Amino acid sequence: MSGWTSVLVGDPRADRMVPKTGFTVQLTVFSSAAMAFLAVFALALSLATERLADRWSAELARTSTLRISAPQDQIAAQTEAALRVLQTTPGVGSARALSDDEQVALLEPWFGPDLPVASLPIPRLIEIVEIGDGFDATGLRARLQAEVPGAVLDDHTRWRAPLVAAADRLRSLGYISLALIGGAMAAMITLAAQAALSANSQVIRVMRLVGATDAFIAGAFVRRFTLRAFAGAGFGAAAGAAGIFFLPEADVAGGFLTGLGFEGLHWLWPLAIPPLAGTVAFVSTRTAAIRRLKEQS
Amino acid sequence: MIELERVAYTYGGAELFADLSMTLAPGSFHFLTGPSGAGKTTLLKLCYGELIATSGMVRIFGQNTREMDRDQIALARRRIGVVHQDCQFLDHLPMAENVALPLTVSGRQEEADEYLADLLAWVGLSGQASQLPPQLSGGERQRAALARAVIMSPEVVIADEPTGNIDWEMSQRLLTLLVELNKMGKAVLIATHDLNLIRAAKTQVAARVLRLRGGQLQAAGSEL
Ligand SMILES: Nc1ncnc2c1ncn2[C@@H]1O[C@H](COP(=O)(O)OP(=O)(O)OP(=O)(O)O)[C@@H](O)[C@H]1O
Ligand SMILES: [Mg+2]
Repeated sequence: MSGWTSVLVGDPRADRMVPKTGFTVQLTVFSSAAMAFLAVFALALSLATERLADRWSAELARTSTLRISAPQDQIAAQTEAALRVLQTTPGVGSARALSDDEQVALLEPWFGPDLPVASLPIPRLIEIVEIGDGFDATGLRARLQAEVPGAVLDDHTRWRAPLVAAADRLRSLGYISLALIGGAMAAMITLAAQAALSANSQVIRVMRLVGATDAFIAGAFVRRFTLRAFAGAGFGAAAGAAGIFFLPEADVAGGFLTGLGFEGLHWLWPLAIPPLAGTVAFVSTRTAAIRRLKEQS
Repeated sequence: MIELERVAYTYGGAELFADLSMTLAPGSFHFLTGPSGAGKTTLLKLCYGELIATSGMVRIFGQNTREMDRDQIALARRRIGVVHQDCQFLDHLPMAENVALPLTVSGRQEEADEYLADLLAWVGLSGQASQLPPQLSGGERQRAALARAVIMSPEVVIADEPTGNIDWEMSQRLLTLLVELNKMGKAVLIATHDLNLIRAAKTQVAARVLRLRGGQLQAAGSEL
């Protein structure tokens, strides 16, 4: 598309043929800036919920634990009984009692390496890996209660499932918002371009009389709108990114809120917004101009 | 170069002429006269493809205008210099840039730097180069329009009332320019009411005079 090179290179004297006056240019700059600003937040929302959903579903795929707290002399027997129960429970892929060493490793961060495990009444942990749709926690609890009185099923994964679904939904909403923002911007720039083309019908007429081709005339308008949309979006995206960068930290309490932002390379995403806005402006102005020039012949 | 063959033109319902034929050959010099409203401007517009004949055929450089697309018309117009009756400038651009427009739209604006200054000097507008068209007098606008018409050194020059607003001395200078272009082999067609201009031209060049009246195009005789 030869249009691309001429958008970038341009020709100052050709561009001067279209008068600079008029609200259409300001409208384009403003709407691109506003849309880019919103796009940054929609993007941040999508990326943050994506991370959240990933983390939650990764944890969901992990294990449940069964804790056996019983007098020291009964632990071994109850552990065995629990493993037997688990082996016959549908939805349980595997179940395995952690060794002493593994348990010490788990406790080390809290109590240091020199913990005398043997002399402490530490419960035994059984790691359960679920398969398929997982097990029926209520049924399992009932059976365990009957056969292994010291067993506590730590079913910490259950409550996350609806959250993962919600995060997925939120992410889709973020992407839908991005598409809508792009569409609204295309519509506004098309309107602005059409208004500019109408306001300049005499200019177009004179350009035609001196031998300008449609491509040349369209180019003068397309260049102007593309560059304005690019500049406006650059401004809006920078403001949006700065807004997110300076969100106050509130680590524990606002886990999700402060998670709203970009991590690492994701900070490059806002940089993609101005070129995308430029592309949207290029396509919509060019379409409007070519259609208009066909009508006004 | 430009041929009209049994051309009719109708605005809405009003038929202006029904059966006109005319040929502009290289090196020819034509005047077109006739009463106001007879259709002179319309005839000229047919010659540079701004209007398409209702019936009959107009050929520009061998191409039937009815079959040309907009880009072909645009390219043909670069070979035809036109002085419009209402000048047709871009009012937000300085006069000099308006004069250079045909070069700009054909991507040849470097050439503007070469002869624009000479050309403006020739039409006596060196001092007004940076003025906007609305700030120029009627005659200055017409001289600028003539400069724009010839800046591409076109094969055909068509001028609609080029001397309508200018004094006799200036019309003589414009005529001399047109005669010079004609001697270089370019076809010239001038619509005018100015009989003195026609008489003056006849002393310098073998000009044919066509009179448009009542839808008929006739060669005017020696009464001029
Ligand atoms: N766009 C138009 N729509 C309808 N009628 C038109 C249009 N342009 C011109 N006419 C009519 O066509 C007729 C011829 O107009 P034209 O401009 O060709 O005359 P002209 O010979 O150039 O006159 P003048 O010497 O005054 O310039 C006029 O009666 C005019 O009213
Ligand atoms: Mg006229």
